[in-house]
Amino acid sequence: MKDHLGRPLVAVTGIGIVTPLGWGREESWAALKAGTSGISRIRRFPVDKLRTTIAGTVELPEEAAGGPVVSAAARVERMAEAAVTEALAQAKLGDDGAFPGPLMLGMPPVEMEWPQRFELARQANGSGAYPAITERALGRRDIYETFLFGGVGERLAARFGTTGAPIALTTACATGASAIQMAVEAIQRGESDAAIALGTDGSVQPEAVIRFSLLSALTARNADPEKASRPFEKARDGFVMSEGAAALILESLEHATARGAEVLGIIAGCGERADSFHRTRSNPDGSAIIGAMRNAIADAGLSPEDIGYVNAHGTSTPENDKMETLGMRAVFGEAPPPISSNKSMIGHTLSAAGALEAAFSLLTIRDQVLPPTINHDEPDPTIALDVVPNVARPVEGLRHVLSNSFGFGGQNVCLVVSAAPGA
Amino acid sequence: MKKQDVVITGIGLVSSLGEGADLHWETLSRPGAKPVLDEAGFAPFPVHPLPALSLDKQIPKKGDQRQMEPWQRLGTYAAGLAIDQAGARDLVSDMHLIVAAGGGERDVAVDEAVATAFCTTPPDEAGPLLNEKLGTELRPTLFLAQLSNLLAGNISIVHGVTGSSRTFMGEESAAADAVRIAAARLAEGRGGIALVGGAYASQRWDLELLYGSGGALWRGAFAPVSARGEAGGFVGGALGAFLVLETAEHAAQRGATALAKLSGVATDTAHMRPDASAAAAAALWQKLGAPSDSLGVLSGMTGVAEARAAEDAFLAGLGAAAVRRTGSLIGHGIEATFPANVALGALALSRGGFYPAMDPADTGEGAVDRILVTGFGQWRGEALALLERVA
Repeated sequence: MKDHLGRPLVAVTGIGIVTPLGWGREESWAALKAGTSGISRIRRFPVDKLRTTIAGTVELPEEAAGGPVVSAAARVERMAEAAVTEALAQAKLGDDGAFPGPLMLGMPPVEMEWPQRFELARQANGSGAYPAITERALGRRDIYETFLFGGVGERLAARFGTTGAPIALTTACATGASAIQMAVEAIQRGESDAAIALGTDGSVQPEAVIRFSLLSALTARNADPEKASRPFEKARDGFVMSEGAAALILESLEHATARGAEVLGIIAGCGERADSFHRTRSNPDGSAIIGAMRNAIADAGLSPEDIGYVNAHGTSTPENDKMETLGMRAVFGEAPPPISSNKSMIGHTLSAAGALEAAFSLLTIRDQVLPPTINHDEPDPTIALDVVPNVARPVEGLRHVLSNSFGFGGQNVCLVVSAAPGA
Repeated sequence: MKKQDVVITGIGLVSSLGEGADLHWETLSRPGAKPVLDEAGFAPFPVHPLPALSLDKQIPKKGDQRQMEPWQRLGTYAAGLAIDQAGARDLVSDMHLIVAAGGGERDVAVDEAVATAFCTTPPDEAGPLLNEKLGTELRPTLFLAQLSNLLAGNISIVHGVTGSSRTFMGEESAAADAVRIAAARLAEGRGGIALVGGAYASQRWDLELLYGSGGALWRGAFAPVSARGEAGGFVGGALGAFLVLETAEHAAQRGATALAKLSGVATDTAHMRPDASAAAAAALWQKLGAPSDSLGVLSGMTGVAEARAAEDAFLAGLGAAAVRRTGSLIGHGIEATFPANVALGALALSRGGFYPAMDPADTGEGAVDRILVTGFGQWRGEALALLERVA
């Protein structure tokens, strides 16, 4: 019930998933195993004049029925709520609206968007000047409570009755993994027997797409959306923005065992390391990502050879995949384990990615099937890795998976996800 | 596992009053300090403006300065002050970092021009026009200046802090939890030294729009926080506040001076105001388990009416504590206010004194042995920190 450092082992007893491949854990996972792409042409808003016109998107039911498009803040919250609800149904922990632990919420920064600005400017007789729209916005509690950074967490905490103040956090593309790490730490330090860890993102809106485009981070393979995300492949040229959410119900193994819960796996180790090199690039020596990978493996009390598979950060940018390869070689030497990228199918879900990939890592161990890296047409000769090309692969005896998350701003977090003890 | 004591060995403080520990002590420890105000630039909302900073002292590369806007510069600057005071420049590679962040600056001119140009355009025509305009007008670097986690990223780049990096979001609560988690990780042996804090650039219309929409801003001529009546509201204050935290053992081993002991941080959210909020704070006070004699309180009271009512009810139950509402002199700095008040508390304990009244409602005098920092968020969240004199 304790790990190699005498800390409580942290079990996963519930998993909830929302992706462009489906609202639900099994639906998303089945499509992922089948190598299905969830990337499509953006239909949510006009894409004229955009360099990139494709993304992975998750529409809310009322949007799918023709209703108005919601803000990223609202989408983030709704997907999060669905993921937590699914995870809780599996974990069967706590009464409805009374979860016995804190909420660690990985989410993107949210802010007022253009529809709200246009509406206020119309009300201000056509003036978009800040003093004018600020005057019109006075008393709009709906705007305030939607776009405060604390708003999403406050409502989710109230809805699920989590204990204490919810913590919303961002470490860019490592956010979801950071949320899991925060929850694991809270249980390890005895703050709580249980916690909800959540990663959620729904940022496909015009300004966000343009901003990532201006950083030259996105692929513009618009003609064939399903082929656009090509992690580790020779012709990769950028990531595909995407949306989704994943929730994990975490509890001490002791707590889970005592109540007879089914243990889906263990979060055995968390490692992190920040990079001081550049705002959008890793240090060419790879020290920070190598440090994060090694720290996670050491935190789990394991050696590199214990890791049977790596769930890649694998964004499909030339830079990331090159650096991740360097990290793999540095940590695992000449015979690295297979590595594949969920992002080849669901795109880069940004703040949700670390949580989704940890969730898929647990399902990988459960089913003993490595999900593929699709769109692997021509290998990149500089990437000598087994990327599980194009087709899922059955395996035996897989117990430990390393899940990598590397973020803009140099924030790198890796998790070791392991099979339940004795399983 | 035995919890280790956590001490504060460095504070980095920038407010509208100026910069640095010495300046804040000299200004605030004497009666008669006056707030610095800009009542015209963001009328009808007064703000406490950013002081002039010699950025080169903490952000030596012009290229780094250019990659940031005022919010990230302010935070990066204050973080550097804290590292300097702690004498910890050679410890940054293993220093852990938690930043409480809001959003960075938008391009106000682009926002205004686009909203004015397209607000009445039919949606199917406005979409392509918006795409074209934003694609040509937005500066690529502004995205990085806007990203919340890039304040932490810049602190890593400029100061070399690379132990770990986390950014919490959620206004006042985020800051209190940042201090709480940074201290808890040290106490349980996850590293020996950490940097935690936040920044708020008060002179920003995009923030006036957000906070104004909730009626959270004070309108009209400046008034101290206790005198903002039923309407209430906060006056934004430029504030950069970072703390270097260490285990007592780590500080002692390297001969660093501990300014104060951070004896506890406790946070909650009651979801309701004012009564449930006051009760939640009272429960946090019980949890901290400190005696209420010789107690000084540095209140982060915002001036927002419901939050003020909740805090007044809580403070009434504390007995004869000496209460100081710092917001009446330095304004409210959202994610920076809680660490700023912890910094001011550590400063007072290290100088062996306390502050005279800062607000007409401030009461209580006398020797102070321990300081309670309060943080009632403008909308949600209750937080307390307890500081004690180093033995």
